[in-house]
Amino acid sequence: MIDVVLTRHLFAFFPALEGQQICVEAATVAEAVAALEAMAPGIAHYLIDETGRLRPHVNAFIGNAMIRDRRRLTDPLAPGDKLSILQSLSGG
Amino acid sequence: MSKRILVGTRKGTFAVTNDGSGWQAKLIGHAGVGVNFVAKDPNTGRLWALLGHGHWGAKLSVSDDDGASWADLPTQISYPEGAKFIAQDMFEDPDSDYGVGWKVSTKPATLLKNWIIGFGPDGAVYVGTIPGGLFVSRDNGGSWALNLPLWNHESRGGDLFAGEGNGETKWFGTPASEGVFAPGIHSIVTDPRDANSVMVAVSSAGVVASFDGGESWASRNKGMSMDHQPDAEAEWGHDPHYIERCPGDPDHIWQQNHVGVFYSSDNAATWTKVSAPDDGVHFGFPCATDDSDGRTAWLVPGKSDMQRVTVDGALFVARTEDGGQSWAQLRNGLPQDAWDVVYRHALAQRGGAVAFGSTTGNLYVSTDRGDSWVTVSNNLPPVYSVRFG
Repeated sequence: MIDVVLTRHLFAFFPALEGQQICVEAATVAEAVAALEAMAPGIAHYLIDETGRLRPHVNAFIGNAMIRDRRRLTDPLAPGDKLSILQSLSGG
Repeated sequence: MSKRILVGTRKGTFAVTNDGSGWQAKLIGHAGVGVNFVAKDPNTGRLWALLGHGHWGAKLSVSDDDGASWADLPTQISYPEGAKFIAQDMFEDPDSDYGVGWKVSTKPATLLKNWIIGFGPDGAVYVGTIPGGLFVSRDNGGSWALNLPLWNHESRGGDLFAGEGNGETKWFGTPASEGVFAPGIHSIVTDPRDANSVMVAVSSAGVVASFDGGESWASRNKGMSMDHQPDAEAEWGHDPHYIERCPGDPDHIWQQNHVGVFYSSDNAATWTKVSAPDDGVHFGFPCATDDSDGRTAWLVPGKSDMQRVTVDGALFVARTEDGGQSWAQLRNGLPQDAWDVVYRHALAQRGGAVAFGSTTGNLYVSTDRGDSWVTVSNNLPPVYSVRFG
């Protein structure tokens, strides 16, 4: 299982996820996004565009490392990984 | 005065009402979210808000209880797989004498902005997007289709699903496109007489119309002129900022353009320039039509494309009642030490009430066709859209 940590900003739009421990079965980041979509319909559209790319101002980390493939989200996940999906900041 | 005004702002959706004790603006949804446009579908009563989340993409949000609650539409607008557009971007070019060059490239289309929504007399719902898509729903938002004849139009390089097309686009970009220089559809004009008639306006391209339900499209820019291309009367390259049809006199259409004000009394077959620079009527973004008299229109002029502030630092609304032959400057109740800029969707008229909002968060209302004004608020977020509904 993959532990998913979401920015609290997303709970404004998906309040049912707030306070939950989110665990998904996924071998890639793309599969994790698909699993999140099954859990909270509509959330994928918040994270990726219609071509499957991570939105420009969204970041994803496996452990403490930013994912490398923002276009197809093919970065592999191993059981026990923590996937964090956060908003990017541009300072200020 | 029972009219309600729906206001889209950079930080949420507001409803403005007057129970007899004065106009009050109240946040009714989308706190903190950019709301490009809010309108009520006259066919269904559904409220539509076109959202631009800073991080989370463009969304359509709807309310079926008149604004008490809102929800994302389950089926959001998406470009179909393989949709591409020709983009023209300036880049640093060390080989150029000027240091910059233009790079023409074909890019995959992804939704950058839901910019305008329109409603057909047959219940069709249209959304104009950046980059340059006209999406149509015939089931009240249950499903959406990109209008392909317009998307694949020869003026945009032809069918890029099938190949490379002709490699050239006449649709240039708009700075309103969320950081990417891409074309946008900001005006949708339906026709109460004919569900097969749809007209759109595109910044730095012009007006394009279909009279066969979107099966074929042609430019509608005869009589237009411009000062930013060598051929002032070229078919393409015009820069409408907004167009609106008079609902009760439908052959009459008004256009606030980058290079002046244009008026058509023949369903946009021909346009006539009716700018009056001596009266301050030339540059601006919005225009509003009368309910029934096609010769009447309202504008909020700005000072030239170079400055984009109020004319001489004082706010006025311009009104014509004779097809643009003469203009009245309406200042009664409006601040005369002001620098407000009014965006293209932020002026509206209904039943003799006129309202507009500015990027400085001011909202003004008149209930006597603009003869006198009251200030509703000086403290709203920057105003993107104003509509009665």
